[in-house]
Amino acid sequence: MSQAMAAMPTAAAPPRRRASETGDRIFEMLCRGAGILVLLLLGAIIAGLFIGGWDAFRTFGLGFVTSTEWDPVQEVFGAGVSVYGTLLTAVLAIILAVPMAFGVAFFLTELAPAWLRRPVGTAVELLAAIPSIIFGMWGFFVIVPIMAQYVQPAVIDTAGELPLVGLLFQGPPFGTGLFTAALILAIMILPFIAATMRDVFEQVPPVYKESAYGLGATTWEVMRGVVIPHTRISVVGGIMLGLGRALGETMAVTFVIGNANRITPSLFAPGNTIASLVALEFGESELGSLKLSALLALGFILFVISFVVLALSRWLLRSRLRA
Amino acid sequence: MSGTALPSEASAIAPQGFGGMQARSSEALNATPRIAMRNLDFYYGDNRALKAIDLDLPERQVTGMIGPSGCGKSTLLRVLNRMYSLYPGQRATGEVMMDGRNIIAPDIDLNELRARVGMVFQKPTPFPMTIHENIAFGVRLHERLSKPDMEERVEWALTRAAIWGEVKDRLHSSALGLSGGQQQRLCIARSIAVRPEVILFDEPTSALDPISTLKIEELIDELKRDFTIAIVTHNMQQAARCADQVAFFYLGELIEVAPAAQLFTAPRHLKTQEYITGRFG
Repeated sequence: MSQAMAAMPTAAAPPRRRASETGDRIFEMLCRGAGILVLLLLGAIIAGLFIGGWDAFRTFGLGFVTSTEWDPVQEVFGAGVSVYGTLLTAVLAIILAVPMAFGVAFFLTELAPAWLRRPVGTAVELLAAIPSIIFGMWGFFVIVPIMAQYVQPAVIDTAGELPLVGLLFQGPPFGTGLFTAALILAIMILPFIAATMRDVFEQVPPVYKESAYGLGATTWEVMRGVVIPHTRISVVGGIMLGLGRALGETMAVTFVIGNANRITPSLFAPGNTIASLVALEFGESELGSLKLSALLALGFILFVISFVVLALSRWLLRSRLRA
Repeated sequence: MSGTALPSEASAIAPQGFGGMQARSSEALNATPRIAMRNLDFYYGDNRALKAIDLDLPERQVTGMIGPSGCGKSTLLRVLNRMYSLYPGQRATGEVMMDGRNIIAPDIDLNELRARVGMVFQKPTPFPMTIHENIAFGVRLHERLSKPDMEERVEWALTRAAIWGEVKDRLHSSALGLSGGQQQRLCIARSIAVRPEVILFDEPTSALDPISTLKIEELIDELKRDFTIAIVTHNMQQAARCADQVAFFYLGELIEVAPAAQLFTAPRHLKTQEYITGRFG
């Protein structure tokens, strides 16, 4: 061995073992550093938001979360309207998106012929790749006029006349508003929910489906009797995942929600979400002002809501993620 | 009965290992066939998995199907309830007659067929719901029963499956809490509850312990009073204990079918002889 080495034209062979040990140590430190950095960043953002918003929390107390006042001139701020708008649009978006997502997932796993599954599945996934600003523009130029001219007048004239329920569908047909924002959000979160549902439906062992088919069940009966009971926790987890995204979505919502700081029972009324309010007002806030502090406090509230929803989603999906 | 018979000297080979087996009367096998297969071929894509099968399942008898892995015996069961129709690329040709109709014809109502031909799988497959709901689920697919009628049907099915005594106090707790053997008997009860005419068992005891296996075997013996039964098994003693007639498959062909006692003591074919004496498989 050493003779062969000596015979080689290049004389001194490098000490390979030691070099790789040093390399290993550097690589390990870099990786550990990257991991710790993420944790530090997360903590720093939460802390930064809280410290920045501390002024507002101190001035308005816990009432900040529920107060519907937002008056930059008098310097009175409350998160009520935007928290209401955030939760309402997100929940409404879920109500609209879940049946559609279920239909897509059901079609892709049980009904579609094999050659159609890939193209349709890919198309649904690509829906998630569309930048949200494009949804905002499309919503503003296409959906808002349709809502204003056709959908909202028709609904206001019919459902708006009903007692009690009518309260949800009153007011002028602006086209923009909470409902339109929820509709756009529903389309944006559809791919996430549909993809999760499809994945968990596919994980039901075929022998369980065959057992139900073997009793003479139709495809729908197999779905209802076996697939959904098997997967319901993961399905709820997927819905929470969509909810988490809907809560934080900014650009598309800002375009179509109408941006008004008041709460009315009507779903067609303009409103605000935390994200859209911050996006609109942040540029007009002076450094050190109470308004900036209130916006940072809003950011903190949004962070907490999203964090809880996404943590819940991961917890519900834990068995699937582990597999 | 089927296949090409070997010259007579094959049957002269001394059988081994099944001396203590209880002989069953062979005249009972002349019962009318509940299902009659003629020239049945089956394809997974281009792969021919069953080759020109001619086989009868006699009414209220147990037909055991044996053979090495991949010989087509499970495939044959999946033809009888058209389970293969769930999967594109799988198809059967030939005739499988039941009540004068060819059940592999395209115009057969699969939901109705599967109500008449039930199936029990290798692994117990309780649905994630209560014991009561597991039974009622299948019944509701086909019949609208009043609450007392449903209670009665559930009790009847569980009693027939020899599990009523063990579960009657916990009908409304999850079926997933039962032991493996209990789950398998629950699955049998679930099949019975739909009141099929034929029950297919696909290696029903291969995931169970010996005591649970014994219970299932006794149960099969009891059930054949009312149902026509086909059972696929890897366990030749099981086939000998349970079956009235036994069919031996090899590489997609039905080599030999005979009354159990005859097949295990005096097989007519060399291949059967080799298989039952453990020379391959």
